Amino acid sequence: MGPRAAWRLESLGFSNVFWYRAGKADWGAAGLPVAGRAAHVPTLGHHARRDVPTCRPDEPVSAVSGRVRAAGWNTCFVVTADRVVLGRLHDTELDGRGDVPARDAMRNGPSTWRPNVTVDEMLDRMREEGLTTAPVTDSEGRLVGLALIEDLEAAHAVGDRGASRGGEGAG
Amino acid sequence: MPTPIDREQVRQLVARGAQLVEVLPADEYEEEHLPGAINIPLKELDAASAARLRRDAPVITYCSDHQ
Repeated sequence: MGPRAAWRLESLGFSNVFWYRAGKADWGAAGLPVAGRAAHVPTLGHHARRDVPTCRPDEPVSAVSGRVRAAGWNTCFVVTADRVVLGRLHDTELDGRGDVPARDAMRNGPSTWRPNVTVDEMLDRMREEGLTTAPVTDSEGRLVGLALIEDLEAAHAVGDRGASRGGEGAG
Repeated sequence: MPTPIDREQVRQLVARGAQLVEVLPADEYEEEHLPGAINIPLKELDAASAARLRRDAPVITYCSDHQ
């Protein structure tokens, strides 16, 4: 549809026409702001913690562990220079195998979600699967942040209170 | 010939004054669209509806995805 519209505009005499190939699915998946009714629906992109620790694949786990613990976290993502997620270190990995590079200790290919997944969708999934955290990546696999279930539950509760207030006001 | 571009190129062109046009139906546009985009559904795209667009600035069309 996008390319057909671009061609149509050129046929109407427009000379400087582009076509955003990946469209708004790509835009939303990158966590960029949108307008319209859906703009006010809370998503993972709004609530993922951006300060979750990261490390490079060749960093020794002992060095990573000290840094992660000092920052008050118990997990760390192993990423490329472009923040593409390669793996994840949990408590178990952070506490053992000190001199091993992160690439050899990490859990490979963790499941990730896009920033435009709504808080309610993610909460349902987390409760079904017993998850407490949800890594969030953009459409190129780059780490956006880590969503924590307590943050999502708080966001959901705020949404419910807002809806309740709206209902009362409307009555 | 229209030029296909990626997200970063969209951001750069918009920063320089390009016009964004979502060509999906109005209900999909109203649900969610890129900031600053106007809506001209493909089925309504003709000389009259295109008159909303400036001819002296780039135009970027988009829909949901790679269609």
